[in-house]
Parts: sequence; C-alpha cells; structure tokens
Amino acid sequence: MTYNFMREFADSWGLLAMALFFLGCVAFALRPGSRRQAERAAHIPLKDD
Amino acid sequence: MKFGTEIVLLSLFAFAALVAAGFGVDEPFRRHMWVLFFAVAGFTAILLRNTEFKPTVPIDPAAYMDGPIRYGAIATVFWGVVGMLVGVVIALQLAYPDLNIQPWFNFGRLRPLHTSGVVFAFGGNALICTSLYVVQRTCRARLFGGDLGWFVFWGYQLFIVMAATGYLLGITESREYAEPEWYVDLWLTIVWVAYLILFLGTILKRKEPHIYVANWFYLAFIVTIAMLHVINNLSMPVSFLGSKSYSAFSGVQDALTQWWYGHNAVGFFLTAGFLGMMYYFVPKQANRPVYSYRLSIIHFWALIFLYIWAGPHHLHYTALPDWAQTLGMVFSIMLWMPSWGGMINGLMTLSGAWDKLRTDPIIRMMVMAIAFYGMSTFEGPMMSIKAVNSLSHYTDWTIGHVHSGALGWVGMISFGAIYFMVPKLWNRDRLYSLRLVNWHFWLATLGIVVYAAVMWVSGVMQGLMWREYNEQGFLVYSFAETVAAMHPYYIMRAIGGAMYLSGALIMAWNIAMTILGYRREEDPMPRSIPALQPVRSGARKWA
Amino acid sequence: MGLMDRHAVIEKNATLLLLGSLLVVTIGGIVEITPLFYLDNTIEKVEGMRPYSPLELAGRNIYAREGCYLCHSQMIRPFRDEVERYGHYSLAAESMYDHPFQWGSKRTGPDLARVGDRYSNAWHVQHLTEPRSVVPESIMPGYAFLKDTRIEVKDFSTHLIANSRVGVPYSDDMIAHANADLMAQADANADTSGLERRYPKAKLGDFDGDPQQVTEMDALVAYLQMLGTLVDFKTYDEAAGYR
Repeated sequence: MTYNFMREFADSWGLLAMALFFLGCVAFALRPGSRRQAERAAHIPLKDD
Repeated sequence: MKFGTEIVLLSLFAFAALVAAGFGVDEPFRRHMWVLFFAVAGFTAILLRNTEFKPTVPIDPAAYMDGPIRYGAIATVFWGVVGMLVGVVIALQLAYPDLNIQPWFNFGRLRPLHTSGVVFAFGGNALICTSLYVVQRTCRARLFGGDLGWFVFWGYQLFIVMAATGYLLGITESREYAEPEWYVDLWLTIVWVAYLILFLGTILKRKEPHIYVANWFYLAFIVTIAMLHVINNLSMPVSFLGSKSYSAFSGVQDALTQWWYGHNAVGFFLTAGFLGMMYYFVPKQANRPVYSYRLSIIHFWALIFLYIWAGPHHLHYTALPDWAQTLGMVFSIMLWMPSWGGMINGLMTLSGAWDKLRTDPIIRMMVMAIAFYGMSTFEGPMMSIKAVNSLSHYTDWTIGHVHSGALGWVGMISFGAIYFMVPKLWNRDRLYSLRLVNWHFWLATLGIVVYAAVMWVSGVMQGLMWREYNEQGFLVYSFAETVAAMHPYYIMRAIGGAMYLSGALIMAWNIAMTILGYRREEDPMPRSIPALQPVRSGARKWA
Repeated sequence: MGLMDRHAVIEKNATLLLLGSLLVVTIGGIVEITPLFYLDNTIEKVEGMRPYSPLELAGRNIYAREGCYLCHSQMIRPFRDEVERYGHYSLAAESMYDHPFQWGSKRTGPDLARVGDRYSNAWHVQHLTEPRSVVPESIMPGYAFLKDTRIEVKDFSTHLIANSRVGVPYSDDMIAHANADLMAQADANADTSGLERRYPKAKLGDFDGDPQQVTEMDALVAYLQMLGTLVDFKTYDEAAGYR
C-alpha cells in the first residue's frame, strides 16, 4: 500500500464515504419519527432540579 | 475515623516529595519538590485538624453531591482573577519592558502562567464544576464513586499549583499550552482518568433514559483531551529525579503533534466543553428548551469530526509538507458550518423571549458569549486560508483572534454559568446584586471590543510593515522599527485587558457576598412592561 | 430494528457514545500525523546536519526554559520579504534533531532560524544582558543572570542518552565525552580536536567574555551562534526537496 494509493483513495472513495456517512448522520437526526423524542430530550434540563 | 485513609496516603505522598527534594539531580527539580512537599503537607495538616472520631453520618444516596461543585465554583472565580491579572501584567511588560523582573517574572516565564492560568485553571475548573453540576441534574443521579469527586477537585488544584510554580522556576517542555514537565503530566493523567470515571460512571447509573446532549459535549471533551494530552506529552525524562525531559518526536513530526494538540485544546477544551455548558445553562436561564435538539445532534458529530483535522493550519508555509497544510485548511473552512449551526441553535433558544435580553443581565452575558463564539468561528476559518494566514501568522492578529474567543466566548459563558449556579448551590433566592452583573457585562464587553480591535489593527499593520517594499525594491522597515510601532497598541491592549479584569473583580465581590448570604438593597433591573404603542402591520409576530 | 432507530441507541448508551466519539476524533490524527513518520519525502536529504554539541544542547535547554520561543520563531517561510530579512527558507531537515521543535508561533521579536554568525559573541552577551543598550526599540526582557549562573554539570551524558533514546544519533564516543566536550567548547585554551571531529562546524571559544567559568550565557550564545549554520545550501537541490 503506497502513499500515492492512499492519497488517491482519500480524495475519491474515502471522501465519498465520509460525505455519505455525514449525510446519514443528518438524516438520522432529522428522521420524521425523532421529533417527539427530541422534544422530550430537550426538556430534560427544565424538569425541576 | 474521618479522613483516616486520606491522611495516611497524603503523609506518604508528602514524604516521597521530601525524598525527591533531597535527591533531585537538578536545582529546579529540588525546588519544585519542596513546593510539592509544602503543598501536600499543608493539606494533610488541614485534614488532621478537621478529623473526628465520631461515626460518620450516612449519606443520602438520592441527594446530589454538590460539595466539589461549590469548591469548584469558588476556584473558578479565584483562578480567573489570577490568570487575568497575570495577563494584564504581561500585556504591560510588552508596553513597558522594564517591568520584567528577572529571572522568575520575565515575560517568557509569565506568559505560560497566563495561558495555563486562564485556560486550565479558570476554564478547567469551570468545566469540571459545571460538568459535575449538569451531569447529576440531567441524569438525576448522584455522582459516581463516593469521594472520587473530591479527589478530582483537589488533584486538579495540585496540578495547577505544580504547573504554575514550575513555569516560574523555568520548568517547561516548551510546548504551547502543554508546558508542564513529565511528572506533572503524569499526575494530570491520573486525575483526568479519575474525572472520566466519575463522569461516565454517573451517566451509567442515571435514572433518565436519554443522555442529554450537554453531556455528550462534556464527554467528548474529557475523552479527547485525555488522548491529546497523553500523545502530545510523550517524552523521555533525563532522570526520574530530574525535571528535564526530551520530546519523543522531533522537528516536523513534533510540530504537527503539538499543533494537533494545540488546536484541539481550543476545539475540545475551549469549545466542546463550553458548548456543553451552553446547551444546559442557556435553556435553564431562559427557561425554554433548546431551539432544535436535532440540530444539536448534528452539531455534535460534525464538530468533533471536523475539529480534529484542523491543526495543520497553525503551520501554513512552514516545513510541514504541503498536503498536510492543505488538508488542515480545507477542514478548518468546513468547520465554519457546524460552528454556526451551534451558534444559531444557542441564539434561537431565546426565540420568543428576546425581551429577556433587556431585563436579565445573565442572559445578556450568555447571548454575548454565543455572539462572540459565532464571530471567532468565522474569523478562525478565514485566518486558516493560506493567503490570509501568510499575513496574519506570527502577528498580533492571532492574539486578537484567540482573545475574542477566550474572553468573549469562554469567559462570558462561564460567568453566566457561575451566576446561575452559585445562588442555587448555596440556597440563596438570588444573587447579591443583579446590577453588579450588569456592570460586569459592560466592562467585559467593552474590554473585549477594545482588546480585539486594537490587536486587529496592530496585527495587520505589523504584517504589512514586515513585507513593505519601496520603489527601489528594498524592505522599508527594519524589524526594530516595527516593534516600536506596536507601542501605542500594546498600551491600549493592556487597558482593554484591565477593563475585563475589573469586571471579573466585580464578579468575585458579587459571588463572595452571595455565598456569605448578603443581599444588596437595590432597584430591580428594568422590568419588561409592555408600553402602549400603535401596532404596525406585520409587527405583531415579533411581539 | 429499523435503520432510523439506531441513533437512538447511541443516544441512550453511554459506552457507545464514548466509543463513537473516540473513533471520530481519532481519524483525523491518524490520517494526518502517521504518514509524516513513514513517508521518506517528509524530510529533505541535505548535507551537514548533525546532533547538537553538549554546550549547544545546554544552551538550547536554556532557550526553552526562558520561553524564548514565545516571541521568536525559528521557521522562515518561503516569501520574498522573509528570505531577504532572515535568509533561505527553513527546511524540515534543519529541525530533524530538535526534541522538541522550536518553530514558535509569534514574532514579537525577529526570527532566529539563521541568527548564527550574524552578530559577534560580545554583541549577544551585551544584548542579552541589557537589550535596550544595543537596540533602543527592543522590548525584550534582560537576562543578565545567565552570566552569573554556572552550568550545573553533574553528568551531562544523561542528556545525550535521553536524546539518543528518542532517535538522535549520538554515538558512544559523543556520550562518553559529553562532560569534557561541554567544558572544552567554551574554553579558548582547550584542545578541541576531538570536539571538532564529533561536531563539525561547532563554534569554539569563550563566549561570555569570562574565561574563569562556563556559564549559562556561554551555552546560550553558543546555541544562538550555530542556528542555521549547519546546512550547506550550495549542495542543496530545491526541486528535489519540494514536498
């Protein structure tokens, strides 16, 4: 495994994989079913101390 | 017997320090070990005077453990004032070099004292005490591990004392923001692992099913700092009874390791940790949930992923290979997006309650912190662009940038959290004075504005003077002339810093009086009384 | 369990959250830092680099101890003005034996990467003792105490051994003569033939103007006077060195 191979992999498939992973994370967070759960979580600090 | 084990262990520790003070191979090490001996022996003596032989009162396992947090809040304020005071002193040394007192109080030894004082002593205590406050309340669980919380608090204070006295004695690894020598680093590693166990253990025994997002940021901060600290401080001691060590890496590799650490000390210590603070204390003080919880999740993963790559932007146009510089620049620019996502999330939490900005100086402080977070996270990516960096690097512009983040973001959000926590921790119904908070806010804000503006001007001017050519193709200015040109700016910078320091002193007074139980008789802050005004069309939705 | 519910698991499992964060923050370091250690084009091939002589190393330690790196860089960037002001831009090879590196991040004072041979020893001693007596605009602190502080040498070879453990090629010969070399370099009357063989181009003589003792001033000036003087740029191939 040479350095040039790593470089080429990094600016092609590696980059694509990371971009897709990130979009996946965004999709996870914004998935339709998550709103209610997120709202519950957001209220955790506001319950009394 | 109360403190029995502690007293025995500490006595042994003090004895070991005494032995090291006697047999150390170099003079600074022997002096440093005397400092350690007196610190530990003094602490042991205090425990001995407070020991009792009565059976200890059982602890209510449901109650929160707030002792270390109370001490932590006091330590935060104390070290904040100390660190900022040293900052004003070294600012004055740059304007008036006769203020250097050799060898112990020369600029080169005081500067690490300032940076470590504000970053690790002030910022670190703020992070530790707020994280322990937040994790208990969002997990609804008492701190894990019995007295572990006390060990973390006192162990961290010992680290601060050893680091600070070491700098003055000339004991340094000369790695910026990681200056303490190998034995102090080892001690911090022990304390930090204890902190991780304490924090993670509390999360694991939580009663709330969900882990609130503030804890994610705190956890990422603790874990990443552990990794960075261990790898960046790998070094070979000359002797196990000596202060000097040589870095495990050399030259290029050492430089990149150091700035990988250095930048992520900013990214994870000064950003991720304080974002954890923001995600708890802003909703609490505003009494509204965070604007978008789902945005905070994206913010988290994007931020921690991108930050770790950005270090090489500290080494643009150096002997670091070009590919690493480019990689660092690209990730730094991308970092702008999650940073602003987080800023918007914090600011919009106030959406629908903007009137609190007028009536609540603590909210105003927090909002100003978030605004400065946004500003510095725009300026940072811009300065990481190689063309901009070629001008800004090595100049005061960098110093201005750091301070707009440190004074504006880190300082202000910590002050806000302290003002929020202290009345609750000591069961006071309010602070000693809200009007003093208002004074603090304005002094701090004006201080930052003066500081940052002056450093922009001096930094850009410095960079331009260094590269200015005349028509014959000769450099216009000698280096000494550029130094002389900085003088008025260094004076103004010291004034800006002194304003910020005076705000912190007002806070110290306010917090001390609150803890002592006083309430200042004062007119309340202006209430939000709706005034009769003609309603314009479209204005209603902002009401 | 649907794909979309997986993140909820992370949100509720502290260990997974810990491992996930650790994984995410490790990637950048691994990809950026590790290649520097095994790519042979990270550091150029140059003639002339050698480990620091014991006196230079002692001086370098004083340079670090006093925090000189906080105001002086040792890294000349490849710009016209910097090259004209300070000399040839810095090469990675020039700091290959630097544990730790001293590139610096701020120029409150000028770059020192090639300050060697620019000023006389006497100038350096005067400048370090009372900076404003030679540069009126200077805002540098004074370091007069260096001249009164004798170098504490119990066994300087331990410093060379520690360096060799982290990869600096100090030979057994160098380690065996560490103490003697340290004293000889600052002694105008000493026999320095062995020292010069071990450390070519080393600057010799009484640096601080006080022949009675070897002081920290001797060591610091010896270090400053060798900075940037080792590499022979006549034999350096720019095109081959580009990375």
